[in-house]
Amino acid sequence: MTDERQTLVEIRDLWIEGRSDEEWNPIINGVDLTLHKGEVLGLIGESGAGKSTLGLASMGYTRDGVRISKGSVKFDGIELTTASAAKKRALLGKRIAYVAQSAAASFNPAHKLIDQHTEAPVQHHVSSKSEAVADGIELYRRLRLPNPDEIGFRYPHQVSGGQLQRAMTAMAMSCRPDLIIFDEPTTALDVTTQIEVLAAIRDIVEQFDTAAIYITHDLAVVAQMADRIKVLLKGDEVETAETREMLSTPKEDYTKSLWAVRSFQRPAKPAPAVDATPVISVQNITAAYGKMPVLHDVSFDIHAGRTVAVVGESGSGKSTTARVITGLLPQTDGVIEYRGQPLPADYRKRDRNQLRQAQMIYQMADTALNPRKSIGEIIGRPVEFYMGLRGRKKRERVRELLNEIELEPDQFIHRLPSELSGGQKQRVGIARALAAEPEFIICDEVTSALDQLVAEGILKLLARLQDELGLSYMFITHDLATVKAIADEVVVMKDGHVVEHGPKDDMFRPPHHPYTDLLLSSVPEMDPDWLTNLLAERGVENIGDAAVDKM
Amino acid sequence: MHPVLKIVIQRLFLGLLTLLVVSIVIFIAVNSLPGDFAQAILGQSATPEAVAAIRKDLGLDQPAITRYFTWLGDMVTGNLGISFAQANFASFVGTSAESGSGPVTVLQQIAPRFQNTMFLAGVTAVIAVPLSLLLGILAALFRNSVFDKVANVGALSAVSSPEFFLAYVLILFLAVLNPVLPSLSNIYSDMGFGERLLRTLLPALTLTLMVTAQMMRMTRAAIINLLASPYIEMARLKGLSPMRVIVKHALPNALAPIINVIALNLAYLITGVVVVEVVFVYPGIGQLFVDSVKIRDIPVVQACCLIFAGAYILLNLMADVLSIISNPRLRHPK
Repeated sequence: MTDERQTLVEIRDLWIEGRSDEEWNPIINGVDLTLHKGEVLGLIGESGAGKSTLGLASMGYTRDGVRISKGSVKFDGIELTTASAAKKRALLGKRIAYVAQSAAASFNPAHKLIDQHTEAPVQHHVSSKSEAVADGIELYRRLRLPNPDEIGFRYPHQVSGGQLQRAMTAMAMSCRPDLIIFDEPTTALDVTTQIEVLAAIRDIVEQFDTAAIYITHDLAVVAQMADRIKVLLKGDEVETAETREMLSTPKEDYTKSLWAVRSFQRPAKPAPAVDATPVISVQNITAAYGKMPVLHDVSFDIHAGRTVAVVGESGSGKSTTARVITGLLPQTDGVIEYRGQPLPADYRKRDRNQLRQAQMIYQMADTALNPRKSIGEIIGRPVEFYMGLRGRKKRERVRELLNEIELEPDQFIHRLPSELSGGQKQRVGIARALAAEPEFIICDEVTSALDQLVAEGILKLLARLQDELGLSYMFITHDLATVKAIADEVVVMKDGHVVEHGPKDDMFRPPHHPYTDLLLSSVPEMDPDWLTNLLAERGVENIGDAAVDKM
Repeated sequence: MHPVLKIVIQRLFLGLLTLLVVSIVIFIAVNSLPGDFAQAILGQSATPEAVAAIRKDLGLDQPAITRYFTWLGDMVTGNLGISFAQANFASFVGTSAESGSGPVTVLQQIAPRFQNTMFLAGVTAVIAVPLSLLLGILAALFRNSVFDKVANVGALSAVSSPEFFLAYVLILFLAVLNPVLPSLSNIYSDMGFGERLLRTLLPALTLTLMVTAQMMRMTRAAIINLLASPYIEMARLKGLSPMRVIVKHALPNALAPIINVIALNLAYLITGVVVVEVVFVYPGIGQLFVDSVKIRDIPVVQACCLIFAGAYILLNLMADVLSIISNPRLRHPK
């Protein structure tokens, strides 16, 4: 049906290279892409697939150190690969606009939102400054931003992430472009914020009949937004099809494997005995950063061999709870008990054995591993510190741990963290935690920075280690699919309070606490009608942050 | 209270504290200079009684701590003391009342010299700061081009050459071969502004060559450092001209490091220009300072040191405050 519409972007046999270590490496290998007027094309793939590079190339733009080596990019009949810089500048911002992943980083901190909004229309002589301001306010209103008359006159740091993302969409619309590139616009947002932004973007793209390329790694998101989906893998196209067709009958094995990731699920374990002593018991914890209270009367237990998922949005106090348990942030009130014995509030007052019991695995494996130390040294340090092993015994233990996390010791023991992939680094983080031989591990968003296939591997590894070693996990996450996959119990947090707490099966079965219900209902599903149905069912006022505010 | 005001007051307090610490360091350093004023002025044939009399008269026989606090108290009340060297000999033997002219105070000695130094620093700043910013912006805009390389190499060669060499090269080209500017900069208090400016121009140009490199290179580096930011990419993807991207989007966020380097260079202009003053016979404070060290004129040396320290602290304080004001997060809190 879309083929009858006029072609807007036509990319043919495009090859793009990136420069690293003094040589040019391929990023995109001969990809074709056709976009019709008013159509939304979803581009999906894992990190390194070349999604963003291709998206930017369709604007005729390449980042520094990247070049188009071959092929053609035509926008409305204009060949962009050979067009002069001035000619491209006349199109950018006016007829082609861009919405970046992190709105917080992509708004200039030095200028007010409205000044950045009006810059493109004024510089391209589309309208006068005052007209552009009036139009900006109107767009803010349509995108359902709070206080549309006033919000533009704030600086970016004074506006929340979800609102900035909508303001950026408004900015992209300022010249009513024919094409907008959305580059992972909701990846950095919480689910309840994401749903609002998705609804706003879809609404405005439809209102103005704008064509769009929507880049994401989240299949469920792209299912809501796109008419067609193109799957990329390491710079090659895997397949392209209409959204519904792609979701129901993916052809290629790679696409099927992407679709299958969400099927990993672990059976829930039987409930612990009523009189069992929990490994870690968090009792009525209240804590504050300086004078700012962040946790209010938080209580939950973690029993041996079980996984407790702590879910909630950013700022809900999940990681702060972990800091209190490890003693990094002493609580102002309440007790942390380890096997029935209270732990000192400050980690400096805990003995080595108490410290050993609570280990952490971090979200950013990149920054959590010392870049100057080899993998062997990183894992060897806690082996020596906690277990007192030295020399040959220490080396043997490190090799044992590397085997445990499925990395070949001979290959990896002498490498530096920079020579490992993201998933491998996260495995090293797990080995470092295991080296202390703890009973309890805190996993702080350990899979959120990883691609879905890699994340699944990490979850499977954690599950196996739990079965073999009887570990207890406190699993901090905002991803409810991960919770479904591995949790035994769920703690839902909001604004430093525990709002709901219970076994996983109860959590995913109504009736819920209204906040849990909102979280659950905000997770996009693979059904392309999901967002439409949800909006029809609840109304735009009762989804996302708007609904949170009403609570 | 507005957070910026709070920070400014904090910094001001810290600045005063620093000045106090510096005053102790100055006092100790100056007093541990070898030699003694009384000995120096009376010569080798001085009788011990005469030396002792002068020392007593100047308070040099008091313990160091007493002298420090007396000096500090005088400084705080604006009394910079009496220059040893300018006091006439009679005053040391208790007959100054009859001699008619009172002793020359340090203030009288330093004030005109300091004015001249500030004038030279001011003229240099007015030329050098806009020039460096402009060159830095252009170098960032045309980075890695021929212009960028020429500007960089030129500025670096200038800053690497000795000051007196640059001064003589400028004299050769601008005063000797093409006599457009006077080679001597001896200015007087009753000189008109135009004449004064003309005579100050050559030393000012020499100093401009000395300070431009650092400011220009910092401007260039601070801007280029930001060019990989997402908001700069966003500005480019709006189709803005490269000049607008740099001036409107990069520069406002690059101001803090640039302001700090400018402050350091201005402080150098006030305190470190002795060589240029000597070459052009410019009556600035630097020469007075060096002369006073030579003859152990302790009140003048101490006062000069304190003025230099104050200039450094004040300029850095201003740089701090301006950097803070250039940050919208502090200027407009949530």
